[in-house]
Amino acid sequence: MRILAPDPQRRLCLLACAGAAVTSAVPAKGQAQAPSAPLTRRVPSSGEALPVIGLGSWITFNVGQDGAARDACTQVVKAFFADGGRLIDSSPMYGSSQPTIGHALQQLGQPPALFSAEKVWISDVARGQAQIEASRLHWGVPRFDLMQVHNLLSWQLHLPRLLEMKASGRLRYVGITTSEGRRHAQIEEVMRTQPIDFVQISYNLLDREVEQRVLPLAQERGIAVLVNRPFREGALLRQLARHRLPAWAADIDCTHWAQVALKFVVTHPAVTCAIPATSQVVHLRQNMAAARGRMPDAALRERMARDVAAL
Amino acid sequence: MAEWWTYRPSDFLMFSPRIYWRLFESINLFAWPLQPLLIAAGLGWLRLQSRGPAGTAWSRRTALVLALVLSLCWLFVAWAFLWQRFAPIQWVATGYATAFALQGAGWLVLAWQDGLRASTEVARRRIGAGLGLWALLAHPLLALADGRPWQQAEVFGLAPDPTAIGTLAVLLLVRAEAARSRAWLRLLWLVPLGWCAVSAATLATMGSWQAAVPLAAAALAAATARWGR
Repeated sequence: MRILAPDPQRRLCLLACAGAAVTSAVPAKGQAQAPSAPLTRRVPSSGEALPVIGLGSWITFNVGQDGAARDACTQVVKAFFADGGRLIDSSPMYGSSQPTIGHALQQLGQPPALFSAEKVWISDVARGQAQIEASRLHWGVPRFDLMQVHNLLSWQLHLPRLLEMKASGRLRYVGITTSEGRRHAQIEEVMRTQPIDFVQISYNLLDREVEQRVLPLAQERGIAVLVNRPFREGALLRQLARHRLPAWAADIDCTHWAQVALKFVVTHPAVTCAIPATSQVVHLRQNMAAARGRMPDAALRERMARDVAAL
Repeated sequence: MAEWWTYRPSDFLMFSPRIYWRLFESINLFAWPLQPLLIAAGLGWLRLQSRGPAGTAWSRRTALVLALVLSLCWLFVAWAFLWQRFAPIQWVATGYATAFALQGAGWLVLAWQDGLRASTEVARRRIGAGLGLWALLAHPLLALADGRPWQQAEVFGLAPDPTAIGTLAVLLLVRAEAARSRAWLRLLWLVPLGWCAVSAATLATMGSWQAAVPLAAAALAAATARWGR
């Protein structure tokens, strides 16, 4: 087991969550967060503040007809809102995740804080509206806040329709997604040429390609960034679990590797919200704690990535 | 999915192992007390096979009962397990359910064919009996061996893996006289072998050592059918 030594030269952003995120490219205006409130970032196109930790649903919420597992997911969603969370992300591709979310929201009385992020994932664009409507019925919401074109599938045809829905008030935001570093050139093309509000990409301590072009472009174009796979679908945490937390982790109020991984992601100035997925309340709480306490500055972020890569 | 070559098998695994194994708990609860009946019926049939002389021609009724029971098993797994339980967490499972339903229909067609008899080759009879015993008795114990509760046991006729392995056993133990029946029997190998490959890939992606079981069973059955004497 390798133990990482503290760096006396490091500079920490002592964000005790008493004010706006100094790392944010678009700081929340006049934000007076209570000490327990999670760190938020503004959506550039609207100024709306979102907590930096959201909730993904890939695999974890795909529980089918399993009543006990569905109830466990409801507890996760309940804890998510109780901890100040807002953004939940899903997709028609995720099996039964949508009905699981809908069940949870219904059980919890449709929490008003919900920011619903969905995707359209179908190559036949004529059936896109029907898919969006089916998703909406699964969630049980009057409309989605954000609709994204999943993995850029038929994006040229879907985007105009989504933008039309936004213009008519049937959506609040439009976005595109990719995962695991695929099709970044195409993502950049869409970001440059289309009036999208959000882009969703994979980013974590080890997969940092987006830092080169996608994230700076998002800042330049005023596009909010959602980050999927902050734990590499859990593989990163399984790998890190063999090692003791570095000394610098305590300086940014991290008690678990998940918080290290999430604080690294959400303190990139372009990132709006990370969407880790979990089916356990204890992990959800660990994740949500990453939106609180002291945050790493740019120098420490570099060190975090370097140290983790060396493990 | 134009960039399909950039995907890994794990990208298509959209459920957790915990939820997958709980599907068997659900089907066992739903089907109880069919489990002991199915196992007893299978063991009884294997015993009859082991007692009779090699090459014994089956009566029309024997062939009919065997084919009908197998057909019902495949149709039940298609509907109750794959369609009702697996498909909600894995969208391609609707395709698996269709293949299982076709296999069930295939056994129904075979039920009306004449000239079925027990295999004469020693290797086919022995390995067929061994695979049959595995499907009926050993496969349900894998859950315990894996540290999972016995309620998650995979039982022949209810779960796809032992049903496919048990069917491969029957295909080794049966011969057909008529050319049309022989061709039909050959077709009935496709779905069980295909399922064993799919299941092995799924279990391997889940990181389960059980992946070796359907793979080994399919390889053994296919090799015996090809070269066994």
